[in-house]
Amino acid sequence: MKVHRMKTLARPLALAASLLVGAGAFAQTAPQRTGDDSLYQALGGQGGLTTLMDRFMERLLADARMRPFFKDADQQHVKEQLVLQLCEVSGGPCRRDGPDMKKAHDGMDVTRGDFNALVEVLQDTMDAHGIPFVAQNRLLAKLAPMHRQIINTP
Amino acid sequence: MPCPQLRALAWAALVAASASPAFAFTPGQGKLLLTGGVSSIDGAAGGGLTPWAVTGSHATGSEIGATAFFTRVKVQDYALGAYGAAVGFGDRAELSIARQDFDAGDNLAPLGLPGLHLKQNIVGAKLRVAGDAVLDSDTLMPQVAVGVLHKTTDAGALGPTLTGPLGAKDSGTDIYLSATKLFLAQGFLVNGTLRATKANQNGLLGFGGAASGSYKLQPEVSVAWLLRRDLALGAEYRAKPDNLNESVLGSGALKEDDWSDLFLAWAPNKHLSITLAWVDLGRIAPAVQPRRQRGAYLSAQIGF
Repeated sequence: MKVHRMKTLARPLALAASLLVGAGAFAQTAPQRTGDDSLYQALGGQGGLTTLMDRFMERLLADARMRPFFKDADQQHVKEQLVLQLCEVSGGPCRRDGPDMKKAHDGMDVTRGDFNALVEVLQDTMDAHGIPFVAQNRLLAKLAPMHRQIINTP
Repeated sequence: MPCPQLRALAWAALVAASASPAFAFTPGQGKLLLTGGVSSIDGAAGGGLTPWAVTGSHATGSEIGATAFFTRVKVQDYALGAYGAAVGFGDRAELSIARQDFDAGDNLAPLGLPGLHLKQNIVGAKLRVAGDAVLDSDTLMPQVAVGVLHKTTDAGALGPTLTGPLGAKDSGTDIYLSATKLFLAQGFLVNGTLRATKANQNGLLGFGGAASGSYKLQPEVSVAWLLRRDLALGAEYRAKPDNLNESVLGSGALKEDDWSDLFLAWAPNKHLSITLAWVDLGRIAPAVQPRRQRGAYLSAQIGF
């Protein structure tokens, strides 16, 4: 595997590549990651995460609570960012280089109920994807602390 | 439901809501399933026998939610019915009300008290002071809440004996501190509660006694294992004071034991939860009925 870190200027190129290859996120590997990747494997690795996030986006757009947040977004870009993020937090060979989570959500009002609604849609997606409850909770435990950056509205 | 307490609850809810501009009176179901706990027999959200630091209902953020519950406990020689309601103000606060009716059957007939019912009304309030039990999964910091449960007992024909020679009061206030932590990656929840109380058999036999009238600090512990999003299996242990152990009825006649239970809670959706448990209430008035009281506990909660 070729190892390099995505630089800001390289992003449009990487994005184009990912659109072409479909698994372009895989090209962004972090050299220092040598830890436990059992959760990443339980989520189906890169292919599993890509399919999972495709289904997740479909469900987000179909959910009345979540649709307003995603309908006008660059959904392809969001999905790629999510794949990178889930890959990274689950111990996979990726590193998300996008804006920090606080900045990424500055433009919208996210309540605790919104945050939990997204968790529920993710749980539903993982259920439909056959991901075991134990693996689901391990992933959610990695994501939940981001509530401090994401929730910005009482 | 007794009117004065309902009124008090309604007023308290209004005051709490209007005093805090963060609450916009939006009804909501924003909590994750089961993370508002179930209704304890005292009305506060928690496990079955002990309050937790979670706030009742599925309201979160600036949402307001409500729950109502009905619980029935049937042990060998006695039965307990409880019902009540709670209002949750996001993850911040909770007000609750409950009424209990303990059916002593004819166990106290030797004392001239056949068919005795012991009743009590409970008004509760709880305030979360720190932490987030569910989402702070990268720290050991639990959700912490303080609460009060004010109880007023009506011991029926036993009342004059209870408040007379036995030296108990017919009302009392429990004050508790609860810490709840969900170990999310493991799907395992732990709650610890410290309750300062004078209550005898949770207040059904009044508060304090001739030999002991001071507050006692009692620990309570609950654990729950999430089997699925909608299903939790758990156990509880609740220590209790033993104020009436030494009384005019003789040493040990009214000895009381700690309580424990094993429970299974199921929430098919955010509007309904069913809790089934096996409870051990220990001995209750062993002078007339010496065996331990074990049996079944069934509770239903609806939420809005």
